[in-house]
Amino acid sequence: MKHIDEYRDAALVKAAADGIAALTTRPWVIMEICGGQTNTIIRYGLDELLPREITLVHGPGCPVCVTPVALIDAAVSIAARPDVIFCSFGDMLRVPGTEKDLLSVKAAGGDVRIVYSPMDALDLARRMPEKEIVFFAVGFETTAPANAMALWRARRDGVRNFSALVSQVLVPPAMRAILDSPGGRIQGFLAAGHVCTVMGFREYEELAGEYRVPIVVTGFEPLDLMQGVMMCVRQLEEGRAEVENQYSRSVRREGNTKAREIMEDVFRVVPRTWRGIGEIPSSGLGLRDEYAAFDAAKRFGVHADSPEPTDLCISGLILQGLKKPPDCPAFAGACTPSRPLGATMVSSEGACSVYYAYKRTHE
Amino acid sequence: MCLAVPGRIMEIAGTGDFDRVGKVSFGGVIKDVSLAYVPEAAVGDYVIVHVGFALSVVDEEEAERTIALLKELESNGTDASGAAEDET
Ligand code: SF4
Repeated sequence: MKHIDEYRDAALVKAAADGIAALTTRPWVIMEICGGQTNTIIRYGLDELLPREITLVHGPGCPVCVTPVALIDAAVSIAARPDVIFCSFGDMLRVPGTEKDLLSVKAAGGDVRIVYSPMDALDLARRMPEKEIVFFAVGFETTAPANAMALWRARRDGVRNFSALVSQVLVPPAMRAILDSPGGRIQGFLAAGHVCTVMGFREYEELAGEYRVPIVVTGFEPLDLMQGVMMCVRQLEEGRAEVENQYSRSVRREGNTKAREIMEDVFRVVPRTWRGIGEIPSSGLGLRDEYAAFDAAKRFGVHADSPEPTDLCISGLILQGLKKPPDCPAFAGACTPSRPLGATMVSSEGACSVYYAYKRTHE
Repeated sequence: MCLAVPGRIMEIAGTGDFDRVGKVSFGGVIKDVSLAYVPEAAVGDYVIVHVGFALSVVDEEEAERTIALLKELESNGTDASGAAEDET
């Protein structure tokens, strides 16, 4: 397929690896933010093509992985109601809550449906006015435009039986938290190309300047990642700390202004708890007061504030780049994709499940 | 859910800012995609699609430039890290 195949050319990937090796004189630690990028890196073994000096660590960019347990519990309790049809992106169904996941609610007779787009949930609400349709609005800046549009239209058209359980998260505050963390060792970032397609990269310019850290906005195909690493290494070797845009075929500096307008209309910035990591200030989006009537947590009186459990899952450390999946004693033993103990074992963007899928059981 | 994929717009229906919908082909699989956020998109364009919404129109010139830089790397070993610097 055009705009995909040409970025998977094995000979060019090899040439890029040689180019990176030629540039590298010292050890560098680079974090790729997005779980989609982690998937590409491990699937194609890109990290193994890089010179020994370069360490890629996997970032927190997997919405399935960072949605807090309390919110999964809230989703489970709403989905179990007989008057509700609960709509979600597919990969949320297996994320373990305190006791149950959404899939077990479905197995017990709850009406839980997988949708491709929030607009499918809104359409369902229009077709079934006798039911309460609840959409699980999770994700990073990439799902926020779609989720915002569904809510904007529901309000404009007065669709009363539609509401959303919102847990949107934002990337730059998480990067800040990682940079501030005492054990932090990240020297450069590959920023998530699709997040920047929506938001642009002005905010990243602030981060790069403030923390003197190079940030390369990077795409998702093997050659995108190799070129992103190369641009990042070149900056590190030259002592520069700038924002560069590898994914220029999709990302413009100001992002998608239309999408940002609707997001701004529907959402406001709020603190969010990240699963395994804890609360990060200003790191999420919640509904504005004008949209309170569409807030499923309010409508059904659920509280999404139970504390994060402490258990043997070390996903929080993995999401901050401090550990890798094989460091977890449960990895590939007690914890597998068919019986996940933690959220990072669920989605194809979660580091544990990526390592499991491509048989990376050791480092 | 973060995987966004490029597809080609085959047809556009609907008018007005928020109601344009495209039939978008992903390697032959056709899906309805909202074009609400890409008012500039036209038939034949490639768009990056995420949970039912096109979020950007692929810039063909930038795509060619990226690939050209990478090819240069293969042919003469110069580096391809200059892609798209400060093109804003
Ligand atoms: S292997 Fe399982 S238990 Fe261990 S960190 Fe990953 S998700 Fe958590």
